Amino acid sequence: MVTSTRPVGPLVIDIENITKDYVMGEETVHALRGVSLQIHKTEYIAIMGPSGSGKSTLMNMLGCLDTPTSGRYEFNGKNVAEMNDDELAAIRNREIGFVFQTFNLLPRSTSLRNVELPLIYAGIDPDTREEMATHVLHEVGLGDRMNHKPNELSGGQRQRVAVARALVNKPSIILADEPTGNLDSKTGEEIMALFEDLYQRGNTIILVTHERDIAVHARRTVHLRDGLIETDHAGFIPELDLVALERP
Amino acid sequence: MQFKEILKMALSSLGANKLRAALTMVGITIGVFSIILVMTAIGALQNSIETGISFLGSNVFQFAKYPVNIDAGGANVKKKYQNRRNISYQQAQRYYELMQGNASEICLKCFGRDLKGQAVYNGLKTPPSLTVVGTNRGFLTANAFTLGYGRNLNDEDVALARNVAVIGKGIEKRLFPHESPLGKVLRMTGHTYTVVGVLAEKGTSFGESQDDFFLMPITRFFENYGEANRTVNIATQPFSTELYNRTLDKGISAMRIARGLKADQDNDFEIYTNDSLKSAFLNVAGVVSIGAFVISFIALVAAGIGIMNIMLVSVTERTKEIGVRKSIGARSRDILRQFLAEAVFISEAGGILGIILGVVGGDLLALWLKVDVIFPYGWAIAGLIVCSAIGIGFGFYPAYRAAALDPIEALRYE
Ligand SMILES: Nc1ncnc2c1ncn2[C@@H]1O[C@H](COP(=O)(O)OP(=O)(O)O)[C@@H](O)[C@H]1O
Ligand SMILES: [Mg+2]
Repeated sequence: MVTSTRPVGPLVIDIENITKDYVMGEETVHALRGVSLQIHKTEYIAIMGPSGSGKSTLMNMLGCLDTPTSGRYEFNGKNVAEMNDDELAAIRNREIGFVFQTFNLLPRSTSLRNVELPLIYAGIDPDTREEMATHVLHEVGLGDRMNHKPNELSGGQRQRVAVARALVNKPSIILADEPTGNLDSKTGEEIMALFEDLYQRGNTIILVTHERDIAVHARRTVHLRDGLIETDHAGFIPELDLVALERP
Repeated sequence: MQFKEILKMALSSLGANKLRAALTMVGITIGVFSIILVMTAIGALQNSIETGISFLGSNVFQFAKYPVNIDAGGANVKKKYQNRRNISYQQAQRYYELMQGNASEICLKCFGRDLKGQAVYNGLKTPPSLTVVGTNRGFLTANAFTLGYGRNLNDEDVALARNVAVIGKGIEKRLFPHESPLGKVLRMTGHTYTVVGVLAEKGTSFGESQDDFFLMPITRFFENYGEANRTVNIATQPFSTELYNRTLDKGISAMRIARGLKADQDNDFEIYTNDSLKSAFLNVAGVVSIGAFVISFIALVAAGIGIMNIMLVSVTERTKEIGVRKSIGARSRDILRQFLAEAVFISEAGGILGIILGVVGGDLLALWLKVDVIFPYGWAIAGLIVCSAIGIGFGFYPAYRAAALDPIEALRYE
C-alpha cells in the first residue's frame, strides 16, 4: 500500500472497523464489512468501486447522516456514536458540506435562498447570510443566477448551486457522492475544475465516483469492493486503478 | 432558528398550495364564525339591556299576569298562567292608592292587543297595527319614552275619562304630514279622540316599531273597548335607586293586598324587574349560545381533522425536502416547528377570517335590532387561542412524523 507523501493537515475523520448491515426481511445485506480509514485536512480523496460496493453507505456514514452497525467513528477527535441529535445536526451544518448526485436543491427556492439555508439553521442574521451566500455564488461562477429557481438552471448550474450550498458554512470537509453522475462529460469536467480550485484553496474533499476521468483529479484513491477497502494509495495509478475498476 | 424564519418558511410552503390551504381554512372559518356571530349579537343585546335603554325605564319594576317568556315553558305552563285571575282595573287602582307617597311614578297600562288599532284622519289612514294602550301619565317614564311636543296624559284625563290621545311619531307622520296634530280630532277603531301630545321618535326595538303607540286615558280605554278579559300591568318607579329594594318590597305587599291574597297564598302575579328581564333574556341567550357552541365545536373538530389530514399529505409529499433540510443541518425541532407553524398559520388565518365575518355579521344583526354595535374582545381572543390550540393539537402528530424522519430514508424518498 502506498501512502501520501504530500504534507497534510490534522486528522479529521478516523473510522475503525466500521460495519453496516441492512436487514431486509429474512435477509441481511452487509453493505460495509469492516472499513478503516483516516482522512486529514486538505486531502483530496476519490472513493471508487463498482455499483453496490458500499460507497454511498460509507459517505452517508462519514457525513453523519447514517449510523454504523458497529465500529468506531471519530470526527475531529469526538466520538460520533455519543453525539445527540442536536450535535449531529451541528456537525452536518458546520463541519460537513454534502454534494449529491441529484443536487437535492429546494425546487421552489432561488439559488440565493438555497445557499442561505445552512446559514439559517446556523442562526446567522439575514444580512450576513445574504452577503456570505452571494459571495460563494460568485465563487462558483453564478453571480448572475442568484434569483433563479433550480428549474430555470442547467444541470451544471444546479450542481454549482449545490456546491455553493456545501461551501457556504466553511465546512472542515466536502463530501461529494457522484457529483458528476447526472451531468454530461463536458459539464462534469467543469464541476471537477471547480473542485480542483477548491482543493487548491485549501479545502478537504472526498469524492465518490466510478468514473476514471473523474477519479484522476484526486490525490489519493480508495477502492471499495463488497463493503471492504481493497486498495488505498496516493494519486491515481492507471495500472492499479483501472484493473481494479474493470474486475467484475 | 428565528421566529421570522419559521414564519417565512411556513408562508412559502403554504403559498405553493394556495387553494389547498384556503380550503382547509374554510372549516376553521365556519366554526369560528358561528360562535363569534352569536356571541357578538348576544353581547350587543346584553349591552343594551344593561345600559337600560330597553324594555323598562331605569329602576322600574312591574307587576303583570304573564311572565316574560311564557312561550318557553310549553302548553301546560301556558295554561297555568291563562287560568290566573286578570289584574283588574279596580285592583290596580287599589295598588295605586296604597303606594301613594311611596313611589315617584306609578303607571297603569292595559294593551289592546286584540284591537287592530287603525287611526283615520281627513281621508288618511294608518295600517291596522297600532299599539293601543289605555294608561296614565306614568307611561312615559315607566317605558323610557319622551314627549315630543304637546302635553302628556294627566290625572284629570283619567279621572274624567276624556277622549284624548297622545300619539307616536309614526302616526303623526302618516296622518298629519303638513299640519300640527294638536287639537285635531281623529278616529281610531270606532271612536274619536282629540290629539293632545306627540311622542318623540324612538325607532325600533327588537325588530318592533316603537313609534306607532296610541295612548289614551285608561278609563276611556275601558269605556270604549270594555274591561272584560283584560289585565292591567302596573309599573312602579321608586324615588331613587337606593330605595329600589324597599319600594319593591312595599309594592309586593301592596299588590298582595290589592289582589286580596291571604298570608299563606303565593303571589298570583309576575314581578318584572330589570334583573328578571335580564335573566329571562339570559335564559334565551344561553340556549342560543349552547347551540352555537355545539355547531362551532363540531365544525372546529372537523376542521382540525382536515388540517391534520392535509399536513400528513404535506409531510409525505415533502419527505425529500425534509431529508435535504436535515442533511444540511436542520435539527429535528427545526422541522417540527416548521410544520407546526404551517398548521397554526392555516388555523389562525381561518380563525381571524371567522372572527371578522362573525363580528360584522353579529353587529349587522345588532344594527337591525337597533342596539349599539360591540367588538367582543374576550370572544375574539378566546377564538384566537382556540385556533392556536387546534393548529398545535392537530398539527403536532404530522409535524412529529416529519421531525422523526430518518435523514437518509427521507433523502432516498422519490
Ligand atoms: N436502505 C437500504 N436498505 C437495504 N439495502 C441497502 C440500503 N442502502 C444500501 N443498501 C445495499 O447496500 C449495498 C451498498 O449500497 P450503496 O452504498 O448504495 O452502494 P454504492 O453507492 O457503492 O453503489 C447495496 O447492496 C445496496 O443494495
Ligand atoms: Mg451510490
